[in-house]
Amino acid sequence: MTALLSVEGLGISFGGLKAVNDVSFTVRPGEIVSVIGPNGAGKTTLFNMISGVYQPGSGRVVLGGENVTGMAPHLLARRGMSRTFQNLQIFQSMTVLENAISGYHLKERGPVLADLFGLPSSRRRAAEAQAGARELLARVGLDRAAEREAGNLSYGALKRLEIARALALSPKILLLDEPAAGCNAVETEEIDHLIAEVAKSGVAILLVEHDMKMVMRISNHIVVLDHGEKIAEGDPATVSRNPAVIAAYLGTDAGTEAAHADG
Amino acid sequence: MRLSAKSATLLVLIALVALSPILFPSGYYYRVGALIFVNAIAVTGIVILTGYAGQISLGHAGFAGIGAYACALAPVHLGLHPSLALVLGAAISGVIAFLVGRPILRLKGYYLGVATLGLGILVSMVLNNERQLTGGPDGMEVPDLGLRGLLKDAGLDLTNGQFWYFFCGLALILGAWLALNLYNSPTGRALRALHGSEVAARTVGIDVAQLKLRAFVISAVYASVSGSLLALQNKFITPDVAGFMHSIEMVTMAVLGGVGSILGAIFGAAVLTLLPQVLTVFAEYEQLVLGLVMMLVMIFLPQGLLPSILRKVRGKGE
Repeated sequence: MTALLSVEGLGISFGGLKAVNDVSFTVRPGEIVSVIGPNGAGKTTLFNMISGVYQPGSGRVVLGGENVTGMAPHLLARRGMSRTFQNLQIFQSMTVLENAISGYHLKERGPVLADLFGLPSSRRRAAEAQAGARELLARVGLDRAAEREAGNLSYGALKRLEIARALALSPKILLLDEPAAGCNAVETEEIDHLIAEVAKSGVAILLVEHDMKMVMRISNHIVVLDHGEKIAEGDPATVSRNPAVIAAYLGTDAGTEAAHADG
Repeated sequence: MRLSAKSATLLVLIALVALSPILFPSGYYYRVGALIFVNAIAVTGIVILTGYAGQISLGHAGFAGIGAYACALAPVHLGLHPSLALVLGAAISGVIAFLVGRPILRLKGYYLGVATLGLGILVSMVLNNERQLTGGPDGMEVPDLGLRGLLKDAGLDLTNGQFWYFFCGLALILGAWLALNLYNSPTGRALRALHGSEVAARTVGIDVAQLKLRAFVISAVYASVSGSLLALQNKFITPDVAGFMHSIEMVTMAVLGGVGSILGAIFGAAVLTLLPQVLTVFAEYEQLVLGLVMMLVMIFLPQGLLPSILRKVRGKGE
């Protein structure tokens, strides 16, 4: 199958410092591709370039055959890209249900005058979005919290709410920035299953994750970043044996742990 | 059956408008009531812009000025009926808000505040300086709406005060109904979403710039209608309607009452319209006491008067 998303030589500098340099990879429909690397390796920066939050300094992002480099996020959303955030971006003062409905914006939006006068067309659009949102909340196990203010939910629940909101767009590609960060083992496993299920339905998934066990378990393909450069890529088994990866990522961790053990 | 928040708000509002006159000891209070409604209409627009969408404007009196002077000028120069002049004023305000909003809504927080401030001052200066047209700071007369005469012919004889009380009351109920419809509509949800997190709003496909502009235009139309009703009611208008103080008043009323809710903002408009009347007993200390009240409310009831009071009441009930 041909690539849905291809990242070609993407790079960006902040104040002369190369945060990401010449990174390339592809993601196919139904595939789970993970980007890993030590803290500060440029994973989130890479995500922000792909999703239009940052303008790349060099390189291209191609989505479904179209060059979408530096395109505004709301236009990327129309082309089937949706994402979650490492530091949650929830609409805190809205209810859980309203947060999920907002993911249906592109499907439920209509003439503003119809919305002002509460015309049947406006109410129908809203009702359809609400029905869809309730289903999604059930899918991520938040249906019972639907009417609660989102700001009152636990961290793990908010992570799932963000995924539900992203899924509401019926994306072709879903970018997940550390979906399991701060979640306990049970929650991580739930998210795990959810991601696998979404991928199975044909959605391409690009994942940034710190939980190595999770990455090794669910990824089809892994891209390893260090100091903004791609140092390795391949399937989980290949990557975990790669000496450069062990030195940059796993190795340093092992080294520190060994030092602690010695001390 | 449980009442939706929208129906409850509308019922409370209709009851207030319809039943308050029972308590009026004299005809003078109809005039105060009408003034409250006129202010509340502008403040409802501020709720859409600031409460829903999280954007600030310190220049909305400029749109009130456009609405007011449209009612003064269009009947004389274009031969329009005053009611059509109100519509024309609203259209001009909407178009100006659209044209000016596009560049300035890119600004955030206090930068947006200062830019809108400039817009208000600009309108105010034009009204002050175009003496041949507007009469300058001395103001000008506004023709009669003529509706009271029609009602009298139809057998409904209202005093001037009563007429404007009920007319502005109806306009406020209509304005509140529209704003409440908007709140739970796709557009309203998108506005509240971008208020919560612009970056997340973008990623779900919300065109943030376009939606902010819509909120700005809608709120400008509210301010314009408010200015028109003030002019038609007083039959006289001065550039003060577009002045900086009037802009500040609108925002203060909204924030004091509770910018997140329509009813709260209307409550704020009522309090800040009534308070100066009550505080006249303090004579020269009136402004001082007014300022003090506002500071105390913001320190102790930062959510605004009405939401804080409601929370207290509900808390005790449980």
